Amino acid sequence: MTLLIKYTLIYGIVLMLVALGGCFSEHSGIINIALEGIMVIGGVMGLLVLVNLPPEISAFAKVFLCMAVAGLSGLAYSALLAFASINLKADQTIGGTALNLLATAVALVLVKRYNTTTQSPKLTFVNADFLFNIGPITVNWFLVVGVVLLIVSMVVLYKTRFGMRLMACGEHPQAADSVGINVYRMRWAGVLISGFLGGLGGLAYIVPAVQIWNFEGGVTGMGFLALAVMIFGQWKPGRIFLAAMFFAVFKALANIYDSTFLSALNMTKEVYNMMPFLASMVILAFTSKNSRAPKAEGIPYDKGQR
Amino acid sequence: MDKKPTSTLLDRSLGGLSSVAAALIAIVIGLALGLVVLLALDAQHAWKDGFVPILQAGFRNATNESLAKVGMHLSTLGQEIVEAAPLILCGLSVAFAFKTGLFNIGAAGQYTVGAFGGLYAALVLHLPWWLCLLFATVFGAVWGAIPGLFKAYLNINEVITSIMFNWVGLYAVNTITYGRGYGIMYNAAQAKTYAIKEVSPQSLIPSKLFGWDLYETFKYGSISIAIFLAVLVAVVVLIVLKRTTFGYELKACGHNPHAAKYAGINEKRSIILAMVIAGALAGFGAGLYYLAGGAQWNPQDSTTLPSMGFDGISVALLASLHPVGCIFSGLFISHLSTGGAQMTQLYFPGEIADVVSGIIIYLCAFSSLFRGWVRRGLIRLFAGKGRKEAKGNDTAD
Repeated sequence: MTLLIKYTLIYGIVLMLVALGGCFSEHSGIINIALEGIMVIGGVMGLLVLVNLPPEISAFAKVFLCMAVAGLSGLAYSALLAFASINLKADQTIGGTALNLLATAVALVLVKRYNTTTQSPKLTFVNADFLFNIGPITVNWFLVVGVVLLIVSMVVLYKTRFGMRLMACGEHPQAADSVGINVYRMRWAGVLISGFLGGLGGLAYIVPAVQIWNFEGGVTGMGFLALAVMIFGQWKPGRIFLAAMFFAVFKALANIYDSTFLSALNMTKEVYNMMPFLASMVILAFTSKNSRAPKAEGIPYDKGQR
Repeated sequence: MDKKPTSTLLDRSLGGLSSVAAALIAIVIGLALGLVVLLALDAQHAWKDGFVPILQAGFRNATNESLAKVGMHLSTLGQEIVEAAPLILCGLSVAFAFKTGLFNIGAAGQYTVGAFGGLYAALVLHLPWWLCLLFATVFGAVWGAIPGLFKAYLNINEVITSIMFNWVGLYAVNTITYGRGYGIMYNAAQAKTYAIKEVSPQSLIPSKLFGWDLYETFKYGSISIAIFLAVLVAVVVLIVLKRTTFGYELKACGHNPHAAKYAGINEKRSIILAMVIAGALAGFGAGLYYLAGGAQWNPQDSTTLPSMGFDGISVALLASLHPVGCIFSGLFISHLSTGGAQMTQLYFPGEIADVVSGIIIYLCAFSSLFRGWVRRGLIRLFAGKGRKEAKGNDTAD
């Protein structure tokens, strides 16, 4: 049971962070399908910092540096999406897909470059500094950061002028523009925030659970699952948190099923791996009818258009 | 008097020309940025061990005399052609869906399930190769139908469904194929599915066409007539889209579903059929690769989806969604990835080729911008010429 809680918390926070990122981006009107790629970039940059830091640095500095680099590199990478979809008015889905393809390739080049002699696509690292114990359960610093960011997101989105303006740009950009809001700038902000959260989420996915990561698979569909979490959470941070935890239970079961009563059912790991994806489809099937997506998402904003 | 037809003809050729030019611009910029990456990684070896092999790719050994003596100088080119066939089909799958207003990011999953169908027909049922291909196609079509159904009846975006079912398909295929190590198609000694060549030779796509044995020319193990089948399918897709009522209906639904519905087209049926066909094309592509013996499935690799499906997106976009264009862009993407493997791996990981194609697709996302430039440039060119002629006439008068 403690294992189940441990993994649920790990994956739940990852899904929540990335889905919150998607939430900011979509509220500004940009569909961020590149979250998967942004996670990969954040993960690989954060890890490369982790393995290159001298050991004598304090644990706090280490954790802080890795997280900062992961978030900022995600932010930098998302700027590519923002530039293409906001300034050049490119198709957001195609741009995002291109960035997903590019991210895995870039990560592999970087990792293989780091493992010069072996040309291995894997990175080995020590994650002890990220973990601490509360009673019998091992938790990680991402949990703390994640909860803080969740509260911050709720406040920013609903209680600040910035949040209101951001959401206006995703609902009716022409109206927002008519009252003097710079739609382009707001959308840039939305995408960059999602890049930061996505990058951080990428590191949060890789570091706490394992000590070796193979970048050939990127982040194995977590970014896309986060998009489903965001839809299930109806683009609202509080609900996104609950949805993320719900999905995380399924994801966690794939990791620990053989040490629980489920092993008696005699099913393969693949069946459990399938669960979160199937669960998300079933839930989407029931919730999609009354889903309330930001109205203007996916449509490039053209100042001259009426 | 006949001003209108000529102007539409001019328009059309301008459209075609500017699409090709836009693709070429994207390719040139992509390659240039790739060279920058190579220079950044290892400036000393960037040109000779990195960039030149990428450009030469399959042709790298073509002039190698010692290999030519044993007839092996074209085998890398053969590999390039073998990998182009499934790429072209995945590109067609994505392009077809795109033409009907759907983004088929699920080609990877349809490809996976199609490969399973083809391999099952070959390794278990021992069917002749063309029936195996049909199996692969049908399996892919079924997997493509799922996002179509979700879109048509539940209004769930096909992108999300496709992505989810990519993973579901991969896990399902792997768990069935592996069967805890005792799967009927699984060869535990090699940790892969059995080789078709050994178990069921009649299921292998032939390499002979009208008496010409491609194997004799290329000396590459899995070369077959697959590439010609791919070209044939591309032409069929072109005809269906451009010359049939059915294709017109599908395209109409993509452009404006409400108008299509108003005109009496069943838009739900169109969405589902479009995805079924897209899935069938991807499944056929998987058949072309696995039934030619291009590879054996490794069911224990559950972390990566086959890259063919995603490269199909690159192929389609680079071709501006034109079915015949997909043939050329498929060959080009295959050329790039073969080139990546030809680099001296000590200095440069082969994934740099993927970086280049990733950059190219990113550029393709705003290729309409390039197309606009080229178009304006061409029109200026033609108009300038026209003006000069007009001037000449004036002076003659």
